[in-house]
Amino acid sequence: MKDTALTPGITAGRLEPRDYAENFADLHPPLDRHEAVVAADRCYFCHDAPCITACPTEIDIPLFIRQIATGTPEAAAETILDQNILGGMCARVCPTETLCEEACVRELAEGKPVEIGRLQRYATDTLMDRGVHPFTRAAPTGKRVAVVGAGPAGLACAHRLAMRGHDVTIFDGHDKPGGLNEYGIAAYKTVEDFAQDEVDWLLKIGGITVETGKRLGRDLSLGALKADHDAVFLGIGLGGVNALGLDGEDRAGLRDAVDFIAELRQADDLSQLPVGRDVVVIGGGMTAIDAAVQAKLLGALNVTLVYRRGRERMNASVYEQDLAASKGVTIVTNASPVAVHGNGAVREVEFEYTDDDLAPTGQRVRIPADQVFRAIGQKLQGDGLPDLDGRKIRVTAAGRTSVEGVWAGGDCAAGGDDLTVTAVAEGRDAAEDIHKSLVG
Amino acid sequence: MANLETDFIGIKSPNPFWLASAPPTDKEYNVRRAFEAGWGGVVWKTLGEDPPIVNVNGPRYGAVWGADRQLLGLNNIELITDRPLETNLEEIARVKRDYPDHAIVVSLMVPVNEDSWKAVLRRVEETGADGVELNFGCPHGMSERGMGSAVGQVPDYVQQVTEWCKTHSSLPVIVKLTPNITDIRKPAQAAKDGGADAVSLINTINSITGVDLDLFAPEPTIDGQGAHGGYCGPAVKPIALNMVAEIARTPDLRGLPISGIGGVTTWRDAAEFLALGAGNVQVCTAAMTYGFKVVQEMISGLSQYMDEKGFTSVDELVGRAVPQVVDWKDLNLNYVTKARIDQDLCIKCGRCYAACEDTSHQAISMSEDRTFEVIDAECVACNLCVNVCPVEGCITMERLAAGQVDPRTGAVVQDDYANWTTHPNNPAKCAAE
Ligand SMILES: Cc1cc2nc3c(=O)[nH]c(=O)nc-3n(C[C@H](O)[C@H](O)[C@H](O)COP(=O)(O)OP(=O)(O)OC[C@H]3O[C@@H](n4cnc5c(N)ncnc54)[C@H](O)[C@@H]3O)c2cc1C
Ligand SMILES: Cc1cc2nc3c(=O)[nH]c(=O)nc-3n(C[C@H](O)[C@H](O)[C@H](O)COP(=O)(O)O)c2cc1C
Ligand code: SF4
Repeated sequence: MKDTALTPGITAGRLEPRDYAENFADLHPPLDRHEAVVAADRCYFCHDAPCITACPTEIDIPLFIRQIATGTPEAAAETILDQNILGGMCARVCPTETLCEEACVRELAEGKPVEIGRLQRYATDTLMDRGVHPFTRAAPTGKRVAVVGAGPAGLACAHRLAMRGHDVTIFDGHDKPGGLNEYGIAAYKTVEDFAQDEVDWLLKIGGITVETGKRLGRDLSLGALKADHDAVFLGIGLGGVNALGLDGEDRAGLRDAVDFIAELRQADDLSQLPVGRDVVVIGGGMTAIDAAVQAKLLGALNVTLVYRRGRERMNASVYEQDLAASKGVTIVTNASPVAVHGNGAVREVEFEYTDDDLAPTGQRVRIPADQVFRAIGQKLQGDGLPDLDGRKIRVTAAGRTSVEGVWAGGDCAAGGDDLTVTAVAEGRDAAEDIHKSLVG
Repeated sequence: MANLETDFIGIKSPNPFWLASAPPTDKEYNVRRAFEAGWGGVVWKTLGEDPPIVNVNGPRYGAVWGADRQLLGLNNIELITDRPLETNLEEIARVKRDYPDHAIVVSLMVPVNEDSWKAVLRRVEETGADGVELNFGCPHGMSERGMGSAVGQVPDYVQQVTEWCKTHSSLPVIVKLTPNITDIRKPAQAAKDGGADAVSLINTINSITGVDLDLFAPEPTIDGQGAHGGYCGPAVKPIALNMVAEIARTPDLRGLPISGIGGVTTWRDAAEFLALGAGNVQVCTAAMTYGFKVVQEMISGLSQYMDEKGFTSVDELVGRAVPQVVDWKDLNLNYVTKARIDQDLCIKCGRCYAACEDTSHQAISMSEDRTFEVIDAECVACNLCVNVCPVEGCITMERLAAGQVDPRTGAVVQDDYANWTTHPNNPAKCAAE
């Protein structure tokens, strides 16, 4: 008998084949030309615009929107990419509701900001669809830089270095470049293999060699990289995952949300991807939301996201929370996991309700679960790294680490939000600082 | 990135975008910041004789907006600079020294007597400015004193003052024309006859932007009264384009350089002026609405357009549309088109139907299920349905191929060119040669 949403356990093919395509379609479909011009018309071209300040890469948003309004989306794309070479991905994944669009004066005035993210996508898609790469390399400097990690931070750093005339080699432990763009971001935010297309487009600048399957700490050492290159940039993200520290955490059915998501992102056929009937996600960030929503979209019957503090403390934005709710995810707050029950495989997760300071209330609840996703944060992985600041690599504003000749940026570096756009900004700025230090 | 450098009557600038003589160019502070923002040149706010004029102390501007407060037209009752001549001249000299590659033209307006012009021209030459522009356009205040448009409306005065300027100065002379006149070619001809190196147009248009219906006074209202002002901004562009084209296509005026002004807001507006014969453009309202930075879009847009067209210099665009601007009588009457409604794009609003049924030729049919179709036997191809349709590209005009029968006239469409001059209905028709 064919599996359905009601089938107990972890199983594939809960939905009709066509449902998968529909469920995982573009969350925000692209604007057509007319829609883009109408949306662009709402921009006031503010002076010293607050949206620019709110963007970690400081894209000149009013200018690019005006360029869309006047029928030159290609010029708009250049304005965007000049500041943010992954402007295409950022247009899709940025939590604009807490960045540029939150700062938009029309948000203040009407609660309806200019649709900056979608306009950015319209511009960058137009240029990339034409296969145009508008940047060229400066005269070769003869300097060689190693970039470790082909995520947003590493890619942005490599592109800017190549533009400045340096030769760059990117080493990445994974099979494909892209970092979390390829393995982490929710599937409905970046459809049709956009992550790889964007990497291919970015590499058109030339002067960048990508070596995948090369891990720092396994295949490479920082010492050797330093010896072979004029500078090293670390953009290794957060490879580890925090454990819950619970009894029964080793039961079958309990796994890291990021692994589930990575598998989903790499799946050729989503109907072959197993998912539980009763899914519990533990955590309150973007990863938790993405795991919960995608489990639901794969056909799980009940998906419950449980966060230990109040809603207002959740890292996921209100928009993300609403998205999850609209897809049918139940959000439970102020509940900490205390035990995972089951006989071999997980059957229930037990939570204790807590107050906002995480003090236990003595009240407990058991939520049925045949699949549990751990999403309480990622952590830096690796030995022999430069000095840390807390749990991440300590860096200056320009990305310099405690080790001479080694820079770092993105999620692995202390400071800044763990966002794609922040990683791009930090990678770009480190590249400029590397450039300055290399050419004197 | 295309090369946008321009040479307008020997005055070089990094791009064809100049700020027009107006508040944006009234002082050193502004002009320096404008150059830093990317403007290629400025025409300094009009200088006059000392003592300086005074402006009203109430509102100077009125406006016409779209529903979303997009500024469509601006009206002003500001006069020329209200700062002492000496102050302006010192500042012009300083800025020119620091920006040798940018254009600085000085706008002038003094009473119509030779000594006044001679005196002021000598002072301007000492600043190192690149040229002068004669303000014969200001339509309010100054015109009551016999200057501005009061000069521009009398071709003899235009010619006379231009001659004085050419006699007493070696600087290039641009004559700025007023649009408040029936035939723009007359003052343009006068400027040319006076020896002008170029004309610039348009200055502002006499206007009242609105009436306060409680005070019963025109806007902007000053202590219960108002005076007509000069209209500018996007709303005046079509008027300006036509006047530029009229000069560009008139044989006697051919070759007279034109600086195009009036409603330039985007790169496209600028490109249109250039195509109609302007050698550069001047901008006022767009800068006053959006700030100096607005020029960046003009630069990137024009550059992209030129690259796409394969133009390597602005000159290749200048005047390219002029040969296609003709008299009505020259239009091809054998060019027969019909409106076509794309049913896939149609959203069934019925605006085309209302327009055609009520005010045109009853050439659109409407079915019970709101399908709208063109009746070729009635369609005169007026284009009204295209203009009122809210969906771009939904209604288009399609040409009937030669040999087809036009169901409206029953005549076979000819593929040769035939205009009114040879049409049988024309009482004055001349035989085709
Ligand atoms: C599930 C999930 C969803 C997210 N959704 C969003 C979102 O919608 N919007 C948003 O803005 N942000 C989102 N984020 C955050 C965002 O993806 C990250 O902030 C961003 O990818 C960080 O970029 P990075 O380059 O620093 O690291 P990463 O993207 O993690 O890239 C690091 C790269 O380094 C490689 N690497 C790691 N260790 C080594 C090593 N030792 N040797 C060699 N290579 C190594 C990895 O293989 C990887 O390719 C999400 C994160 C997750 C986990
Ligand atoms: C407030 C204001 C003041 C102006 N003052 C002058 C002036 O002193 N001298 C002049 O030649 N034109 C003056 N103009 C006219 C402009 O230079 C320009 O010709 C006109 O505004 C049309 O261009 P626009 O549509 O880009 O604004 C003024 C316009 C405005 C709005
Ligand atoms: S624009 Fe400046 S000078 Fe004019 S009214 Fe406003 S504050 Fe006053």
